[in-house]
Amino acid sequence: MYSFTYRRPASLAEAQKLFEGASDPKFLAGGQTLLPTMKQRLNAPSDVIDLGKIAELRGIAKSEGGLTIGAMTKHFEVATSADVKAVIPALAELAEGIGDPLVRHMGTIGGSVANNDPAADYPAAVLGLGATITTSKRAIKADEFFKGMFETALEPNEIIKSFAFPKPEKAAYMKFPNPASRYAMVGVFVARTAGGVRVAVTGAGPCVFRVPEMEAALAKSFTPDAVASIKVPAGDLNSDLHGSAEYRAHLVTVMAKRAVAAAG
Amino acid sequence: MTATGIGAPVKRKEDFRFITGNGHYTDDLNRPGQTYGYFVRSPHAHAKIKGIDSAVAATMPGVLSILTGKDLAADGLGPLICGWLVHSKDGNPMKVGPHPALAVDRVRYVGDHVAIVIAETYAEAKDAAEQVNVDYDVLPAVIDGAVAHRPQAPQIHDEAPRNLAFDWELGLKDETDAAFKNAAHVTRLTLANNRLIPNAMEPRAAIGEYDKGSGHTTLWTTSQNPHVARLVLSAFVQLAPENKLRVIAPDVGGGFGSKIFIYPEETVVAWASRKVGRPVKWTAERSESFLADAHGRDHHTHAELALDKDGKFLALRVKTIANLGAYLSTFASSVPTYLYGTLLSGQYAIPAIYVEVDGVYTNTAPVDAYRGAGRPEATFVVERIVEEAAREMKIDPAELRRRNFIRTFPHQTPVIMAYDIGDYEASLDKALKAIDYQGFAKRRAEAEARSKKRGIGFSAYIEACGIAPSAAVGSLGAGVGLWESAEVRVNPTGSIEVLTGSHSHGQGHETTFAQLVSDRLGVPLESIEIVHGDTDKVQFGMGTYGSRSGSVGMSAISKALDKIEAKAKKIASHLLEAAADDIVLKDGKFTVAGTDKSITFQELSLAAYVGHKFPTSEIEPGLKEGAFYDPTNFTFPAGCHICEVEIDPDTGVTRIVKFVAVDDFGTIINPMIVEGQVHGGIAQGIGQAMLEHGVYDPETGQLVTGSFMDYCMPRADDLPSFEIGMTMTKCPSNPLGMKGCGEAGAIAAPAAVINAITDALGRDIAMPTTPERVWRALNEPKLAAE
Amino acid sequence: MTAISMTVNGKAVSADVEDRTLLVHFIRDHLHLTGTHVGCDTSQCGACVVHVDGRAIKSCTMLAAQADGATVMTIEGLAKDGKLHPVQEAFREHHGLQCGFCTPGMIMTAVDIIRRKPALDEKTIREELEGNICRCTGYHNIVKAIAAAAGAKA
Repeated sequence: MYSFTYRRPASLAEAQKLFEGASDPKFLAGGQTLLPTMKQRLNAPSDVIDLGKIAELRGIAKSEGGLTIGAMTKHFEVATSADVKAVIPALAELAEGIGDPLVRHMGTIGGSVANNDPAADYPAAVLGLGATITTSKRAIKADEFFKGMFETALEPNEIIKSFAFPKPEKAAYMKFPNPASRYAMVGVFVARTAGGVRVAVTGAGPCVFRVPEMEAALAKSFTPDAVASIKVPAGDLNSDLHGSAEYRAHLVTVMAKRAVAAAG
Repeated sequence: MTATGIGAPVKRKEDFRFITGNGHYTDDLNRPGQTYGYFVRSPHAHAKIKGIDSAVAATMPGVLSILTGKDLAADGLGPLICGWLVHSKDGNPMKVGPHPALAVDRVRYVGDHVAIVIAETYAEAKDAAEQVNVDYDVLPAVIDGAVAHRPQAPQIHDEAPRNLAFDWELGLKDETDAAFKNAAHVTRLTLANNRLIPNAMEPRAAIGEYDKGSGHTTLWTTSQNPHVARLVLSAFVQLAPENKLRVIAPDVGGGFGSKIFIYPEETVVAWASRKVGRPVKWTAERSESFLADAHGRDHHTHAELALDKDGKFLALRVKTIANLGAYLSTFASSVPTYLYGTLLSGQYAIPAIYVEVDGVYTNTAPVDAYRGAGRPEATFVVERIVEEAAREMKIDPAELRRRNFIRTFPHQTPVIMAYDIGDYEASLDKALKAIDYQGFAKRRAEAEARSKKRGIGFSAYIEACGIAPSAAVGSLGAGVGLWESAEVRVNPTGSIEVLTGSHSHGQGHETTFAQLVSDRLGVPLESIEIVHGDTDKVQFGMGTYGSRSGSVGMSAISKALDKIEAKAKKIASHLLEAAADDIVLKDGKFTVAGTDKSITFQELSLAAYVGHKFPTSEIEPGLKEGAFYDPTNFTFPAGCHICEVEIDPDTGVTRIVKFVAVDDFGTIINPMIVEGQVHGGIAQGIGQAMLEHGVYDPETGQLVTGSFMDYCMPRADDLPSFEIGMTMTKCPSNPLGMKGCGEAGAIAAPAAVINAITDALGRDIAMPTTPERVWRALNEPKLAAE
Repeated sequence: MTAISMTVNGKAVSADVEDRTLLVHFIRDHLHLTGTHVGCDTSQCGACVVHVDGRAIKSCTMLAAQADGATVMTIEGLAKDGKLHPVQEAFREHHGLQCGFCTPGMIMTAVDIIRRKPALDEKTIREELEGNICRCTGYHNIVKAIAAAAGAKA
């Protein structure tokens, strides 16, 4: 790692003030992506502002029609929360499958979503459930949040405070992990919500995306067969050593089918 | 069998320090005044170095020195060597491009060593290394062995036209060609043995320390064979005279071959400590291990098997291109030649075999021995083509093997090896039973009903271990003898130190070697200490690789124990007033046969050292004996592994449903440890077959699989539990009857897995069988139509 | 530089460290507790696993400064009063280690798995070991050791 100055604010306001005063700062959430990239010297912030001591960013609460989850809530907390298991079991299951148990003890939902790694799991849930992201400045709808590879609607000094997840009627997430890194090579989140069916795909493309054709078909008939013959175009998908775009496109269909089956 | 003797599953003596965090690996050690080294490495696969500007770096905080290949050459340090001379068909010796520890004017692979920055802290050394400005003139690169050979390919070493280090042959060419003319059936197979990156969990590390007063250099390093490192560094690299150089390999966290070799890093660190006058430590980051540890395998092969109408093997013809990487590593030339071609007879009576191997340079990391070294490559060729032949001729694959097994011993193959003993049918039968071969058809049908594809595959492997009779390997080009040494030192109180030239880096020698001594002398395990890995303590040794520590290393101990016993009996004869021939050593006591007159081992030890009660003019006081043991033959562990897989055609995901291994290792000292060795070997073999692949970008020569993010290491949930069985034919070629077990799993497993997967698919597939490859194999006609 | 203090293996420690110091380097280089290892640089191998506030984490992916005020346990702190922890015992009993390099991280992870999961079958143990890589054992005996230790606890 290159040298940097470590900061540990006690409040959101203090964090933002530190951010303003630094030349090239980064917020540190769980650090499970940021620190590895800094170790590889791919990221060289002047200041690392640790959000770990800001109490208001943590916690899980049942809210009207769903769940509110603080940005600094760790993956294992979501995975093991009785409230999450009761209200949106698919979200708990997704969290239980992120990284490995050691990563889940450190990684946070806010950090994962703010980073918007194309192979991260949480973006599929946020988009698939149509969550609302509350930041230090405003509320952003999931459909407006994810902008591209590692790109979001967040402005430089804007911090995610929490996520509001509406309770779906049915939902499930199916992941096909990259055999080496175990990140999602393809992950499909399927949800039937009051506002309609949503299908969100992570891992396959440069950024999490919805599949309107599948959503329309599932709105008519929420069965695996309904999506069995729908294929996303391979042209827009990632291609690497572990999976070509063509294979990923195929897996999107398979994982969507399995997610629908699992959602019941 | 006693509770701690030969054959007992004794818990390991070394475990306590490892499970409590008290091991001492090289990176755990720190020397007073220690500095840190970081290597500047080539970012290019092939380039000329036009200049190195370290002016800015030299002024950075903490920087003590920046050294380059010119400094190394100016101090008279020579290039690294390859210790095995192979000859080409025309009789000419292999063509060796020089391998300086720090590049002088040219770099030949990504990760090649350009300079070392030495600073007060590791972070400072790394910070400054980024500021060393190397002016490169980038040259075209070639990474594929089959392409490197072509006339238009970039030339890597001036010494080796068309990048050919050697074109080697072995066997009976004319007889083989003739046999093919008369064959009723010929099976042909083209296959690749994928490049592997060893990835012992402890990254390589080294600390060099120079003592000005005595002129001694000490090198702590992650080595499987510290004495060979000292010999090469002194006699060939001219780092320091052998008597002024001490090499210590403390606890070493796995090797699998990759820590046999004498690498640039430890060479430079030892030399640099003299230059800066302070100890210099280097520890590889995993990314550096990926780039600069010697890789394994990387063959392209075409093989043909001739059979008569009944499926009897008539001849085998093999042509292989072996990718050697950018430089010839320490034993690189022996791996695709004498450790490969000599095993192509497998477990079968094949009257004629002919093999040709072209060893070629490429702009990739050097390729050398990795668990199995040549023998996995041979087994993969033989067991794949035998399985294919069975399918083509519609003969049950177990039956085809049975028809061709060697049944009388000794058996001279057409490719040098003389097998001393074995019972291949016994291991096949036991494995068939364990996997329930009879029930496979039913299981396959049941899987089919669930829309899954099942397959079963065999691998009846043989390997040559106990490396090796010195005269034999010398005649084949080895630069060293491959005996082993041991010294048994009995202390006056009856406790014992055994000094061995073998080196343990996970194999459990501290336990198994002690078991042998306990068994022979009746001394409790706690009183026996195994000393290894330090050239100042152990006089000499050839190290641990090729499953040689049991059959060669322990044979040396056994020989030393013979001498101890003989001398102790002489002393006992005086103490007990009986003839030496009448003294019996049993249960830790010397007894006069047929009487109750006895003396304990402890009493005798003390008597030996005080020298009061025997004539010291005839018998020297003390009780210490040494021995060198040179094996009379290779040993030939063999067995049968069977793998059953199930494939999900929707995704191509392949699951190993069952893996059975039945092995004949001869005498077993500790079955618990032996089974552990088999488990680990199988995991690496399955890794090769299904997960692991070292991939370079063909255009840029960049290593694509440069971290665990892209290089797929086997994890716990990739593997099943294994079912292990043993058969036993005692090896006649060494006093203990041992054969060796360290590599069997890695040798046998790939063919078993691929035979199972190709059985399920009904067609060939390349390793590793990634889900996409499997999915494509199942859907190719459909995909092509789309 | 940042001043940090924490409790490591029951002992209060404090130091001034460079801000970029990782917890694993603080443990190894400052506290000289070298049982915690570094086996990779991409946060994948798990050789560096320690417990922070009772949970297993990768100490190569946490700054020492982040652990300020925390309670840390390393492999050296697992045995109590000269008595091995049951998981340590089980690894020895079932030959769950060979070269020993991944072992401290593997044991610290195993202790955490057994703490979190009341029922452990082979499949669950294998899945829970996703963040720990071993090159020697093929995991066979590690899985056996963890199952045995979990059974012993019940």
